[in-house]
Amino acid sequence: MFNVQNLRYQVGRKVLLQGVSLQAQPGELLAVVGANGAGKSTLLRLLSGDLVPTGGQVQFEGRNLSNIPAPELARRRAVLTQQHTLSLAFEVRELVLMGRYPHFRGQPSAHDHAVVAEALALVGLTDLAARSYPTLSGGEQQRAQLARVLAQVWEAKGGFLFLDEPLTGLDLNHQHHTLDVARALVQRGFGVVAVLHDLNLAAQYADQVLLLRQGETVAYGEPAAVLTATTIEHAFDIAVELLVHPSLGCPLIVPCPRPLPTTRGWA
Amino acid sequence: MPAVAELPAPPKTATPVALPPTNWRRRLLLPGLAGLLVGAVLLSAGAGAVPIPVPAVLGILLHKLGLTTGLSFELQQEAVLWAIRLPRVCLGVLIGAALGLAGAAMQGLFRNPLADPGLIGVSTGASLAAVATIVLEVTVLAAVREWLGFYVLAVAAFLGACGTTLLVYRLSRESGRAVVGTMLLAGIAVNSLAGALTGLLTYAATDEQLRSITFWGLGSLGGASWPTVLGVLPLLALPILLLPRLGKSLNLLALGEEQAAHLGLPVTRLKRQLIVLATLAVGTSVAVAGTIGFLGLVVPHLVRLAAGPDHRVVLPGAALGGALVLTLADMLARTVVAPAELPIGILTALLGAPVFLWILLREKRQRRV
Repeated sequence: MFNVQNLRYQVGRKVLLQGVSLQAQPGELLAVVGANGAGKSTLLRLLSGDLVPTGGQVQFEGRNLSNIPAPELARRRAVLTQQHTLSLAFEVRELVLMGRYPHFRGQPSAHDHAVVAEALALVGLTDLAARSYPTLSGGEQQRAQLARVLAQVWEAKGGFLFLDEPLTGLDLNHQHHTLDVARALVQRGFGVVAVLHDLNLAAQYADQVLLLRQGETVAYGEPAAVLTATTIEHAFDIAVELLVHPSLGCPLIVPCPRPLPTTRGWA
Repeated sequence: MPAVAELPAPPKTATPVALPPTNWRRRLLLPGLAGLLVGAVLLSAGAGAVPIPVPAVLGILLHKLGLTTGLSFELQQEAVLWAIRLPRVCLGVLIGAALGLAGAAMQGLFRNPLADPGLIGVSTGASLAAVATIVLEVTVLAAVREWLGFYVLAVAAFLGACGTTLLVYRLSRESGRAVVGTMLLAGIAVNSLAGALTGLLTYAATDEQLRSITFWGLGSLGGASWPTVLGVLPLLALPILLLPRLGKSLNLLALGEEQAAHLGLPVTRLKRQLIVLATLAVGTSVAVAGTIGFLGLVVPHLVRLAAGPDHRVVLPGAALGGALVLTLADMLARTVVAPAELPIGILTALLGAPVFLWILLREKRQRRV
């Protein structure tokens, strides 16, 4: 379990995050939502250990994150970042095998290769396993990277997966497919923390939602409790109407129509 | 909760899934290069004013190991091979391997296929220090020269290499981490500063000094002797033995520094190791053989072309390939204008630059298809 207490992060005088507390449990999908610049990615980078908090703490299973040796942490939690460049033209299966590096010394075992094959199958890239990474489309590259992070924590008990905007650049089908994969992991006992932009997807797939605004928590809890017309308008500065999803019963958020902004100079 | 698509259960045990077929070129590369290197060493050791055929070379080597064979050779051949040829070939193999490895390591560190140890100021720093030693025959140096003899130039070059690298590294540090992009820019600035200072010294040099500067700058294995080989052995053995172990780490670095850290890689430590080992390799090489260009840039490229980008193959491949290329280049340098000798740096650049352009054109054509 990741336990975050009263987290604060500031650069110089600018406070990017303050007073954020949360518990990311195994077997739960936590969606982090909020407007651009609300501190979502900062929170995820603090959880991943990329940034060191200037206040409060992040604990993983009762230990401070900075006290856990990096290799041990790497076998238990994987991170999919927003940017994924690859400076050399590796084959897709070589890329996914990198997710197994924390698990073997020297040569990969048959089990490592099996995990790579399963992870590739799960994201639907089996046929492209031997392709060179730069020749893939943007969406395929993203799925290949997802396979890499899946392979990293494949057999971890109570493992965690941090996804920073994993749906950017994916088509409708693959957006849902990625979240289906996340849910399948949750059912296997993984904890997933995902930064999402689409509130409806958050409402549909998440067990818990954390809504941020200017680095502070607006609401945190079950989707139906967090995503209300009031909280959304407060966080995003846009009026919305809340419907009920016809088949799933979760909230369905529809922005209210509003007049175009009047702009001076556009005679 | 929403309906979840039916997804495959995790593998409980290692399911025997077909292992990825290994590329045969990748499998054959290292044994092939090793074989070629042995052949090149035997050939190169035999070539020169006193020709020694390969069987005789083998006979002499085995004789030195205390084995009697039916292979015949003359005493003169034995003396030439042992005192002149062999130390030179050994030095070529060591320096070639070190330069190839340093190039591959820097390309991995900077995540840029055009990177070269020269980029962080190693070679120019060494040159500046060496030229300064030649031109400014300071009285203090004269005392040191008495003590170190011939090695004063080598020691100065080595210290110059370490000094500039340290300076570039310090300049590029932000809150304890070396920022690779800044390092590249700092490298360019320090390089041109060192280049300008070298130019200034050259301008002030006498004719005789100019000749030593030029010859030194073009590179040569001519100074090879057993004491030189044994002197550089520990300094070059470190990078040659340690760098190939960093293959997995360099692969992860290709993902980006943050991503590599998420996979448990101690990125800061790795960067320091790479810089220290590459500086050791290049600094030592420049110290005893002058600047030998293009080897560190081209050899890793050729290996990647043959076997793919996996550093677990590229690093040992670059070591073997670098040793092979330098051994052959030195053989050419000694024989094409015999009894004179071409500076080896000219040869590596003459051969390396067209090969590099060919790689560029080939990649451009492939992108168009």
